[in-house]
Amino acid sequence: MQIDAYDREYMCSGHVGCAGCGATIAMRLFMKAMGEKTIMVLPACCWSVIAGPYPQSAMKIPVIHTAFETGGATASGVRAALDMKGDTETSVVTWAGDGGTFDIGFQSLSGAVERNEDFIYVCYDNEAYMNTGIQRSSSTPYGAWTTTTPGQDWKRLRKKNIVEVLVAHRIPYVATANIAFPEDLIRKAQKAKSIKGSKFLHIFASCPTGWRIPSEMSVKIARMAVQTNIFPLYEVEDGIHYTINHKPKEYLVREYFKLQGRFRHLTDKDLDQIQTMVDEDWGLLLKKAGERS
Amino acid sequence: MKRVLEGSHAVAEAVRLANVQVVSAYPITPQTHIVEIISDYCAKGKMNAKFIPVESEHSCLAALVGAQSAGVRTFTATSSQGLALMHEILHWVSAARLPIVMVDVNRALGPGWNIWTDQTDSLSQRDTGWIQLYCEDGQEVLDTTLQAFRLAERVNLPVMVVLDAFFLSHTYEPVDVPEQKEVDRFLPSYSPRFNLDTRNPYTLSPLVTPAFYMEMRHDMALAMDEAMTCFAEIEEEYAALFNRRYGSVEAVTCDDAEIILVTSGTITSTTRLLLEELRAKGEKVGLLKMKMFRPFPVEAVCRALGRAKKVAVIDRNFSFGAGGVFAQEIKAALYKLPVRPTVFGYIAGLGGRDVTTDILEEIYIKTRETDLPSQESIWIGLQEVKYAN
Ligand SMILES: Cc1ncc(C[n+]2csc(CCOP(=O)(O)OP(=O)(O)O)c2C)c(N)n1
Ligand code: SF4
Ligand SMILES: [Mg+2]
Repeated sequence: MQIDAYDREYMCSGHVGCAGCGATIAMRLFMKAMGEKTIMVLPACCWSVIAGPYPQSAMKIPVIHTAFETGGATASGVRAALDMKGDTETSVVTWAGDGGTFDIGFQSLSGAVERNEDFIYVCYDNEAYMNTGIQRSSSTPYGAWTTTTPGQDWKRLRKKNIVEVLVAHRIPYVATANIAFPEDLIRKAQKAKSIKGSKFLHIFASCPTGWRIPSEMSVKIARMAVQTNIFPLYEVEDGIHYTINHKPKEYLVREYFKLQGRFRHLTDKDLDQIQTMVDEDWGLLLKKAGERS
Repeated sequence: MKRVLEGSHAVAEAVRLANVQVVSAYPITPQTHIVEIISDYCAKGKMNAKFIPVESEHSCLAALVGAQSAGVRTFTATSSQGLALMHEILHWVSAARLPIVMVDVNRALGPGWNIWTDQTDSLSQRDTGWIQLYCEDGQEVLDTTLQAFRLAERVNLPVMVVLDAFFLSHTYEPVDVPEQKEVDRFLPSYSPRFNLDTRNPYTLSPLVTPAFYMEMRHDMALAMDEAMTCFAEIEEEYAALFNRRYGSVEAVTCDDAEIILVTSGTITSTTRLLLEELRAKGEKVGLLKMKMFRPFPVEAVCRALGRAKKVAVIDRNFSFGAGGVFAQEIKAALYKLPVRPTVFGYIAGLGGRDVTTDILEEIYIKTRETDLPSQESIWIGLQEVKYAN
């Protein structure tokens, strides 16, 4: 990893994200790896706001805002134009939320990566539609409260495993990353940048506002998601070669859940069930990676 | 050089000659021939362009948003359900001020499934900020498609070139295909006024507060007005090189006409035949062909129709609860005249039903024989339907 990556900044202070916003930290770290030869496609999400209103911008690179479900397609067009202009140096990045990736933009993303378009698709995952006020998405985890899974109707369905869906497309590179692991995140972004074809980065990005956590807990809770195996750090090359980057055995999931207002309603029994689900998912991942716990 | 081409092929030739750099498309009958030929041209190197075979029309137009924003000339073609699926991005393209050119082959919307011609698909997109130009024959399709790039790039608004399903898209006619170097004199390579550039980074289409939004929409409105004058100038330039000119509208024997039939698309050609017959019998009848629909050519319409007693508008489209779309717009345009002709609105040929000279004559006679229209919209040729129980 290049050390100087830490000194470069492509995001300005004065963005309009909430205090402690994980999505904002994710962008700052990611851009350190990417550098100035980057064009960013931003479908509707919290980042449509974070980047700032006209005539201001928090970004020092060219940005094109686009419709919510078009992240994959718009990037395909930008790439095609750059190719026609003979510009192979510039990286095209789509930066989308979980809603724009798992749900409404899924078709466009699947189409783009099936064509193996040469771009990096980043999904920063805050596990709900935050821009519109904390509604559930197919990324919202089992057990969570959102404004559309309120009270006793908390979400009793699993989070969609988007990483495995992308792996099934057999694209050159798929990886997870987390704002609490900056070296790992930057290394993965640099790796994605160096590979031709479609790359998918799934970045876990805590959201104090939507998760009902204090802003100063943002990074700690993101770190716990890895330490509990809820959000494992791993990468998959060509849809086959799995590498698990971090093998924790530090916390039980209940410790992660207990810190967040969105899970307040869960009973010990619910948490036991969730622990079983997490263990099962982790076991599956180990098997795919050909490893033992 | 004169060649015998399908309407679809005439589009493809224009796109090739226009040096389009990125094409994206998704198949839908009756648009398929257009994109098949273009993708073949891209594959064989007859066009130096990239063809993006997207997974839907929505993605198709979104891909062009990306490509055009990155500074290249782009094109797509669609029809009916496909155009409807693009609706959100139609608005996006015009407000992002991207000069994208699209061909829409007019086809009926379902249900029931119907692949034949009907203008409701394009006309129901009238408020999306796209310039709309309707064509009558293969030559006009080729010429208009070439002009569309000039017009779009001049005013930074997208242009939709519209042609009838099958009657035009799949009909072979002699078409004069100009030489590349002649076209290059008319349409130089694309130089965008703004584009995504890492050496000069800025943000396109960001969040806009009420403090600026209205001004941006007003700029679009001004550009749309400007498109009217620019279109005339571009047509003049085109005529100087290729000796063909169509006008935003075409008025045929309207000067002394008591009754004027108003048409668009291929119905116009059929009406020309009837017009000759009726004139030979001494009927004082005229024809107004509508080519431009957005911006709506209010002045030209008033000039052509102002002296007539009656106007019969033939609409192959319908806006439920309002009437034929051309009829509505023509009534609104005529309102500014102190003395106005009576406007009769006729609905004919929906879902690809043939509009023959007999049907047009029936419309003419109905208009001549009645002082005032019996209804807001008079549906022509309706049969008695026995529905299955
Ligand atoms: C077609 C369409 N439907 C709905 C919206 C409203 N909308 C804008 S952002 C958003 C939620 C975005 O959620 P996500 O992608 O998870 O990003 P986040 O806001 O959480 O960062 C929604 C529903 C829209 N812009 N376009
Ligand atoms: S709502 Fe959440 S994701 Fe959105 S800006 Fe605030 S903290 Fe960030
Ligand atoms: Mg989200």
